Amino acid sequence: MTTREMTYREAIVAALQEEMRHDSRTLIMGEDIGESGGPFKTCQGLYEEFGAARVRDTPIAETGFVGAALGLALTGYRPIVEIMFADFLGVCFDQIVNGIAKHRFMSGGKVDIPIVIRAIGGAGLRFAAQHSQTAESWMMSVPGLKIVCPSSPAEAYGMLKAAIRDNNPVLVLEHKALLSMKGPVETGVDDVEMPTGPKILRGGADATIVASLAMVGKALAAADQLRAEGIEAEVIDIRTLRPLNVDLICDSVRRTNILVVVEEQARTGGWSSNVVADVVSEAFDYLDAPPARITLPDHPMPYSPALEDAMIPSPETIAATVKSLL
Amino acid sequence: MAPGSKATKSNETPIPLTSAERVELYRTMVEIREFEEQVQRSYLEGLVHGTTHLCNGHEAVSAGVAKALRPDDYLSYTYRGHGHCLARGMDAEAAFAELFGRETGVCGGLGGSMHLTDIDKGLIGAFGIVGAGLPVAVGAALSAQLAGKEQVCVCFFGDGATNIGAFHEAMNLAQVWKLPVIFVCENNLYGEFTRIDHTTPYEDLVIRARGYAMEAVLVDGNDVEAVYAATAPAVARARGGGGPTFIECKTYRHRGHSRTDPAKYRDPAEVEAWLKRDPLLLHRKVLADDGLLGDQEAEAMISEARAAAKAAADRAAAASWASADQDFMAKTYV
Repeated sequence: MTTREMTYREAIVAALQEEMRHDSRTLIMGEDIGESGGPFKTCQGLYEEFGAARVRDTPIAETGFVGAALGLALTGYRPIVEIMFADFLGVCFDQIVNGIAKHRFMSGGKVDIPIVIRAIGGAGLRFAAQHSQTAESWMMSVPGLKIVCPSSPAEAYGMLKAAIRDNNPVLVLEHKALLSMKGPVETGVDDVEMPTGPKILRGGADATIVASLAMVGKALAAADQLRAEGIEAEVIDIRTLRPLNVDLICDSVRRTNILVVVEEQARTGGWSSNVVADVVSEAFDYLDAPPARITLPDHPMPYSPALEDAMIPSPETIAATVKSLL
Repeated sequence: MAPGSKATKSNETPIPLTSAERVELYRTMVEIREFEEQVQRSYLEGLVHGTTHLCNGHEAVSAGVAKALRPDDYLSYTYRGHGHCLARGMDAEAAFAELFGRETGVCGGLGGSMHLTDIDKGLIGAFGIVGAGLPVAVGAALSAQLAGKEQVCVCFFGDGATNIGAFHEAMNLAQVWKLPVIFVCENNLYGEFTRIDHTTPYEDLVIRARGYAMEAVLVDGNDVEAVYAATAPAVARARGGGGPTFIECKTYRHRGHSRTDPAKYRDPAEVEAWLKRDPLLLHRKVLADDGLLGDQEAEAMISEARAAAKAAADRAAAASWASADQDFMAKTYV
């Protein structure tokens, strides 16, 4: 095991490379992931090492190759698919929701479905309405899936490694605005455990801020701003959206008595509603103020940089929201 | 065959059947027919729940295709899939128990009539969403290609599926990757309640395969030996790395789409013409003409299959309901 500084993108590649070396039953399929290394270079070097049979360029046909992953999984392989933009999960929704997620259950628990679906989502790169969604909540109501969302290079590496070893279908939602983010990653870890819940990234006694993906960095920046004003915010990375486990968040709220949840999704139906509902059910008496949700507005993402920047929750907005509740 | 359709012959060498095998094909079809007839009776007795989709009339496709396969091959099929499963050797009692929602069902009562799965027999899944099984079959065929053991995957679907996107993505992938998959289209002329001429620009769906430069054969799906004769060379070619084949089997549903559908939208003359071409009657006559199966033997075979289906259904009905105390989460996640 060695720890080194690497980007989120490099961490994804490292996890894929290590797991494909570890198990010859793994293979990856996606659009332009072969010789080209992936449109976001998240498969760089894999084709050269593992060849065209295990690093497969597909037609632009998400229903086709995501469905094929189910056939591979049912017959002894451990397929990984890359969805170039998380928005395209809509194209293969049926294969994931009605097929991949349910096949184990409908067989009476007699088959395992070791599939990893990596989808690169998120706003901030001026890709407009059809190429900027995180898709975090789209499949949260589908039993049978696991959904994880890495907020750092170390999480991207660990979650992907664990997802590939998992015998359940796992949706790994990556964020394109984080691809160049650098951080320390311990690589060469043989058996990484799948996260089973959120993680405290920064302790604080005055307020709890829960966030995912690119919003984690914004929440940490907000906590810095609040510290300058003498307010200590605890920042929690949600990490796992399904199964959703709010125990750690409830414990935090019992100490801080204030809850702010930040997500990069439209307001209606976002996962922060679930977190708030569960915290209210479990820790209502500990809340000193109504929990706050900070989300995108309930309209599609606009293209213009001036508008996109205004849509995405900022550290200033998060800090101001915390202060308004104190 | 539907008016205007002509069976096409593959250029490959026929793979002959023995007399005993030809009689066995009849027995397989009888067993499927009697299973479905028992499902119908059980439904009326309140033992089958929700809906069920009978395959009466399609038996020659299931029997003829299954005959061409090895035990280690894969099959994907649909909600009208009882016949495919039985032809592949699924235990009839376990199948009935699944339809009845019992704990002894092949999927423990969690799947039901539309989702019979038996992975140990290569029965990788029944898909309740039209067309959804085609990409999955492509994946199983890719698995077969990677494993290098000359296995194939057969994918059954209906004419209605050829209008959905998944069909086209799967056909394209199979051909571009030269996968060992046999697409078996059971063209029974109706997608649910609507006749093919209202939904599709032509009735001969082999035309679709040609759009993917795929080998295609059009066959009389009510002639079990013709189905076998079309399938066996396609399977042999796929095993040898020659890629996929699309086999269109012209056939007809004797009953409606599902249990609640009396199929009044069909022209009685059309129904009558197809009932005269019942695949069981056709093959029985061929066997009789060839001196392989007398009337008495055939009737005995039918009686035996009917009694066996009844006995299997009775045993299935005597089993306990699927229990609410089981660990459902363990069946949702490993």
